[in-house]
Amino acid sequence: MFKFILKRLGIAIPTLLILIVFSFTLMHSAPGGPFTSERPLPPQVLANIEAKYGLDQPFYKQVTNYIVGIVTKGDFGPSFKYKDRTVNDIIAQGFPVTLKYGIWSFIIAVSVGISLGTVAAIKHNSITDYFAVGFSIGAQVLPNFVMAPILVIIFTLWLGWLPGGGWNGGQWQYLIMPVIALSTSYMASIARIMRSSMLEVLNSNYIRTAKAKGLSNRQIIFKHALKPALLPVITYLGPAFVGMITGSVVIDMYFSTGGIGQMFVNSALNRDYSVIMGITILIGVLTIAFNLVVDILYAWIDPKIRY
Amino acid sequence: MVIRSKKIAQMAENLAAHEMGKSHSLWADARRRFFKNKAAVISLIVLTLIVAFAFLAPYFTKWSNEEIDWAILGSVAEDGKPSFARGHFFGADPLGRDLFARVAQGTQISLMVGFVGAFIAVIVGTLYGAIAGYFGGRIDNIMMRIVDILMSIPYMFVLILLLVVFGRSIFMLFVGLGLISWLDMSRIVRGQTMVLKNKEFVEAAIAGGSTKFTIIVRHIIPNLLGIVIVYASLLVPAMILTESFISFLGLGVQEPNTSWGALISEGAGTVLYGTLWQLLFPLAFFVAGLFSFFFIGDGLRDALDPKDR
Repeated sequence: MFKFILKRLGIAIPTLLILIVFSFTLMHSAPGGPFTSERPLPPQVLANIEAKYGLDQPFYKQVTNYIVGIVTKGDFGPSFKYKDRTVNDIIAQGFPVTLKYGIWSFIIAVSVGISLGTVAAIKHNSITDYFAVGFSIGAQVLPNFVMAPILVIIFTLWLGWLPGGGWNGGQWQYLIMPVIALSTSYMASIARIMRSSMLEVLNSNYIRTAKAKGLSNRQIIFKHALKPALLPVITYLGPAFVGMITGSVVIDMYFSTGGIGQMFVNSALNRDYSVIMGITILIGVLTIAFNLVVDILYAWIDPKIRY
Repeated sequence: MVIRSKKIAQMAENLAAHEMGKSHSLWADARRRFFKNKAAVISLIVLTLIVAFAFLAPYFTKWSNEEIDWAILGSVAEDGKPSFARGHFFGADPLGRDLFARVAQGTQISLMVGFVGAFIAVIVGTLYGAIAGYFGGRIDNIMMRIVDILMSIPYMFVLILLLVVFGRSIFMLFVGLGLISWLDMSRIVRGQTMVLKNKEFVEAAIAGGSTKFTIIVRHIIPNLLGIVIVYASLLVPAMILTESFISFLGLGVQEPNTSWGALISEGAGTVLYGTLWQLLFPLAFFVAGLFSFFFIGDGLRDALDPKDR
């Protein structure tokens, strides 16, 4: 097990380095420096500013400085557009918001998805089953950027129950629509995966044995069927996590919740390179770390995996 | 005796005719299976209609996709509703342009992005996967580790980074989509190639003195076509989704061009003013288009995937 974790780390760390170097190179090769503006600065001023941000140093030194800054101090450097703020300030402001509705969406997508899939499999070919199948097919074409405006039409324009956007410290009224919009399509995918793997497990020989032994349905499901049926869902958690983080950009933009997604798009439109990079790398770290956890979890649950 | 031999001859003839009628090529078989699938056939019809709409709609309206209807410009919310009297079948967009023509234009671009993105993925992914799978060993190991690494990068963010650095244009969007879209394809193709390369016909080709390149291009890849077509048909909607996502954020297709995502974004932004048609028409096309692609992909998988036979 320990060796397996080490091996996975051995892939994760170079991946991160590649991501950092790649995005830094991209940023560096961008036409026009970060301080190119409509009205050119006097050369002396420009030289001073570049010296302050370390842009006068050779490229390899800038990269190593950047990486060392991140690794030793967790410092992503200053923002190029807001002179008095660092990238860390900006992330620290937006991240808790994203985290809050992100965690809620994740919990709801996983728990509702698994329950729905299980119930659909147990009541195979019943109305519940058809509903689950219909829902999981329909939600394929309802990604977050389609769900969000539809929710606003229903709950804000027609019913007038919920505010059409904003955050307001994360009160529940402001939380509902972002969470539904973000979780729906993943909930549907999890339900679909769970349903088909549960059906497969329920048709297997050892479940028949359990039935023959006279166990109650509840015991069969919870004690024998649930754990093996969960394995494919666990594999899907990695992609779902990435999808939700990516989707948070749409949620932030559409509902003006003020999470890192909003900062990301605003800096993309403003060409605030250091903020874009900082957020990209942060997301990269989160993604890779999450995938690592999922892999370990998988290896731990599934006795068939040899590592 | 004579009668008997006649009978036998006739029987033989019948048998031969029967055999002839029964023998199907792989593709004819697949076609038959595909057309038995009702959802796939209906989807194919819907998709054909959408494509026809994209290219024929401009001939049915007096408005072009760039013209602004000055008569309603200040009052789009009231006068921009879908109406045959004004010639705006789908209403007008927030700038007073005809939505019917805009949706046709957006459909063209979204479909193009989907097909070009899938095409790049097919070419790169198939070659990459076939080479890795056929050579195996260290080459395979290195090539697949590269794919692993690229896959664990949050690509949407890198794609946006790319668009920011090199300017937001359709060309850059294609490059970005091309960079990421082939990864899954290469994995699938590699797995299939590893199965194929131990088959007798490859052995025969090796014995016949074919070069490795010839074997991959002439013998392996044609046998991969079925699985490649299935996954390509699922890649088209995936590409359209990615493009729509980026365009929804305002980072993808730029004015005066538009796409489903850009139109949905525009409509979604004005929903609270009550101009629902600006959202619902593009949305209907988006949903119908994606549904058709998914069902066609499903139908193709049932028809072509050797696993389910």
